[in-house]
Amino acid sequence: MKVKSGRRGTARRVLEKWQLYVLLLPALLWLAVFAYYPMYGLLIAFKDYKGRMGILGSPWAAPLFKHFETFFSTSIAVNAIWNTVIVSLLTLAVGFPIPIIFALLLNQIRHAKLRKTIQTISYAPYFLSTVIIVSLISMLFSANGLINGIITDLGGSEVFFTSLPEWFRPLYVGSSVWQSMGFNAIIFIAALVGISPDYYEAAIMDGATRFQRILRIDIPLILPTIILMLILNVGNIMNVGYEKAFLMQNNMNTTVSELISTYVYKVGLQQAQYSFATAVGLFNSVVNFILLVTVNFISKRFSDISVF
Amino acid sequence: MKEHIRRKGPIRQSAGDRAFNIVNAVVMTLITVVIVYPLYYVLLASITDPVIVNSGKLLFYPESPYFEGYARAFDYAPLWTGYGNTLKYTVVGTAVALLCTIPAGYALSRMDLPGRRVIMFLFTFTMFFSGGIIPLYLVIKSLHMYDTIWAIVLPVAVSAYNLIVCRSFFDTGIPTEMLEAARIDGCTDFKFFFRIVIPLSSTIIAVMCLFYATALWNMFFNPLMFLSGKENMPLQVVLRDLVLMNQATSMTNNAEEIAMRQKLVEQLKYCIVVLAAAPLLIVYPFLQKYFAKGVMVGAVKG
Repeated sequence: MKVKSGRRGTARRVLEKWQLYVLLLPALLWLAVFAYYPMYGLLIAFKDYKGRMGILGSPWAAPLFKHFETFFSTSIAVNAIWNTVIVSLLTLAVGFPIPIIFALLLNQIRHAKLRKTIQTISYAPYFLSTVIIVSLISMLFSANGLINGIITDLGGSEVFFTSLPEWFRPLYVGSSVWQSMGFNAIIFIAALVGISPDYYEAAIMDGATRFQRILRIDIPLILPTIILMLILNVGNIMNVGYEKAFLMQNNMNTTVSELISTYVYKVGLQQAQYSFATAVGLFNSVVNFILLVTVNFISKRFSDISVF
Repeated sequence: MKEHIRRKGPIRQSAGDRAFNIVNAVVMTLITVVIVYPLYYVLLASITDPVIVNSGKLLFYPESPYFEGYARAFDYAPLWTGYGNTLKYTVVGTAVALLCTIPAGYALSRMDLPGRRVIMFLFTFTMFFSGGIIPLYLVIKSLHMYDTIWAIVLPVAVSAYNLIVCRSFFDTGIPTEMLEAARIDGCTDFKFFFRIVIPLSSTIIAVMCLFYATALWNMFFNPLMFLSGKENMPLQVVLRDLVLMNQATSMTNNAEEIAMRQKLVEQLKYCIVVLAAAPLLIVYPFLQKYFAKGVMVGAVKG
């Protein structure tokens, strides 16, 4: 009896709110068609997908993990995984602390207008597209570009930045930091603004220097924000965007610039090996998701901070 | 007298602090220069004689101005087709995205919405796991959206992150007392949303416009995957072809210009980058107040 009335209650509650569901409808449709329907499409990673037969009609791969096995048996697999991990670890190691340091230093500028101006300038590159960023790299770092001009003026000899494999990672990471430092700093700056002036007044009374105030007040108080952002970043470690690597790729640097995502694009869309490419992409997503959940769990355990 | 004032001042600067301030000023100046100079250089290079530019020297002001690059760029039809397409995709895409995101953000901010937590989870999950490009490509194909504007606009109509930003805004921006008062007066949810919530939401609408429009304006890969005809390609793809794949040579087909060609090609690249980057770089300082606000709202509850 009770259950029944409860159910009827739920139904009535839902019906009463039908107008809210109408407001939700466009987004729910999007969710179904462009987010979860493609997830259902992941099934083809375990099938031999044939366009005419559709996702369900295509025969299962035999063995089921055939495409995964094929991927791991190639030398490309190890290389692409390694490249992906290295590029993202480098980006994290360099790109994560720099916005925090920038925010801490910017916060020490007492002239409000100057502080605002520097901040506004700092996220200008965020509005540039990946194509523009890579274009800038190719023009400024070309043989007769600005950077080589400066190098030769200083008595050095030309460096072929865009074709030498060993320069791919520094350019990739460096340009990422250049582009997103200001943007990534926004939330740390917001956290710093939220710190009560009482702390500083007390610290000044005790004779703390600016540097000590940063170390003993600023950093501990924005630590929760730092940890939260770190979880999100680590959780995206395998999600290295294919756009930039793809655009920076040329015949000379594929040994370091071939990432899992660029490889998926090549075999999947350029060679139309849908099932195989989907399997590779799925492997990537799963590893990434496991990383996120693990980091989130560890953080929840030790610091009570978590994304979900 | 002077010493007296200094001692009484609220903040007495120690030697350490003074050193810190100097170091800080140097670091901040360096950062600003490193960010601004490349952009300024590209602007200068686009109007300077390519011979000087190609010598790789530092430019500080326009020496020997040379506008042939812009003259060519303005005559180059594909560039303007690309501009037109990008404008179309950005305007339609932003409108569709707002239509999907704003009402949904409001509905999800309502505590009394049954199933709110589950729906929210379903959206959040898409931030961390997705079907990937191949399945999305197959969906686009099977819905016959390939090579249409919908292939560009619909897949990015909702971003879970933006939805969370929206919901957080409504969570704090629309007090529950307001809803209760409206209800007593017999106001429906529709009426409340359109008559009361929307007029109070100009900030979040501006933030969403900026977020979605930036993403759409800069989009490169989806058009490359989901469109086939050159005449539909947006600016970013045209830009890639011209600057990174060196197709700019096709722009000068007049025989007597062959000697000038190489010179011109180099400058054209700078001109085109300037033309592509300018709109957003000019607009963002005016909207940056909203932009920063949006990032912070998202961070609080993200």
